[in-house]
Amino acid sequence: MNKIITKEEVSSIFKDGMTIMAGGFMGVGTPQGLVSALLEAKVKNITLIANDTAFIETGVGPLISNKVVKKVIASHIGTNPETGRQMIAGELDVELVPQGTLAERVRAGGAGLGGVLTPTGIGTVVEEGKVKIAVDGREYILEKPLRASVSLLKAYKADKAGNLIYHRSARNFNPMMALAADTVIAQVEQVVEIGEIDPDEVITPGILVDKIYVHGGC
Amino acid sequence: MVSTQLNTKQMIAARVAKEMNDGDVVNLGIGLPTMVPSFLPPGVNVILQSENGYIGLGPLEGDVDPDLVNAGGQPASILPGGAFFDSLFSFELIRGGHIDVTVLGGLEVDEKGNLANWMVPGKMVPGMGGAMDLVTGAKKVIVAMEHTAKSGSSKVLEQCRLPLTGKGVVDLIVTELAVFRVTEDGLILEELQDGVDLKTVEEKTEAFFKINPAILVK
Repeated sequence: MNKIITKEEVSSIFKDGMTIMAGGFMGVGTPQGLVSALLEAKVKNITLIANDTAFIETGVGPLISNKVVKKVIASHIGTNPETGRQMIAGELDVELVPQGTLAERVRAGGAGLGGVLTPTGIGTVVEEGKVKIAVDGREYILEKPLRASVSLLKAYKADKAGNLIYHRSARNFNPMMALAADTVIAQVEQVVEIGEIDPDEVITPGILVDKIYVHGGC
Repeated sequence: MVSTQLNTKQMIAARVAKEMNDGDVVNLGIGLPTMVPSFLPPGVNVILQSENGYIGLGPLEGDVDPDLVNAGGQPASILPGGAFFDSLFSFELIRGGHIDVTVLGGLEVDEKGNLANWMVPGKMVPGMGGAMDLVTGAKKVIVAMEHTAKSGSSKVLEQCRLPLTGKGVVDLIVTELAVFRVTEDGLILEELQDGVDLKTVEEKTEAFFKINPAILVK
């Protein structure tokens, strides 16, 4: 099965109103080529799940500036002034989630769990409207799973089976997002033959990766 | 380094550095806390954790690797013996009590050890990022901040007015004027910074605090 696809084929996957996850931390580890393909798809009303909204011109930031997104679920929006502006103007719905909780909610979505119990956010606005459960005398918030139609990953290297290796701090949210979407697309810098990646070094197994998009650099 | 040559932020960072023990795993917030390592006493080496996915964070040396940044998104390095991991594992370290010390800035801290540092309603809503997880899970939470806001008003309060980052989470408050320890019985003034008198601290602190008798002897 050939998993390698072109940018046009990536664009054709996106539909209006989809929920889409993207890896990255302030743009590092965000698949810039897939973000560009999403922009070229001219879709709208996307729900975006990502750690942050990066900057106006990098990371997932351009999805905000170009009004592709109607709702964003993230832990931090402070480095992209356009996110804050659209939020205050009522043009964009923003759900802020503590970073560790965001990672766990994505994990739960991909791991078949009904949610996670976390002490993070107890006594803050984060607990508002959520179920709280005491376990052995300590209070936890029930945080629900997150899933998406499509996950956009950035990895350093793939083999043709889709096994992925990441590079440096660009790994961040990518591995858990590989489990939490119906269609998983990985942007990689290079593709090698099956067998050229030592199985001990694989971080994300290829069975999770549906499509590979080769994009030099970041 | 002579203390009179230090500016306010350096003075705070230098005092925070004295709290570190050799071998501590430490997470530093953005801004002032990142100045702490340059003031570590001889023989004290700490291992820095970067929330975006590694331990062994070091200063930038040599060429910039776009895939290697610190939690502020700035180019960084990884020291020998370091390790990369994903965001899930990063926050397992943070939430799971594997970080010895976290140092964060603050907008407000109060007598009960509540911390507010992630939003000012109507003005600044950057998001909490990893701060809520850090204050929940780190073994020791140090708030390093200037004693008063730009307006001159106290940031050490009877009760926080801004939305909280964490409830009852702070262990130590270090400002350019004083060091307070948070106890079940409220704040205890443990130290005055060099050249600062008790009257100044009393005038600039809204919170009620007890005084460690050792200070009065001095």
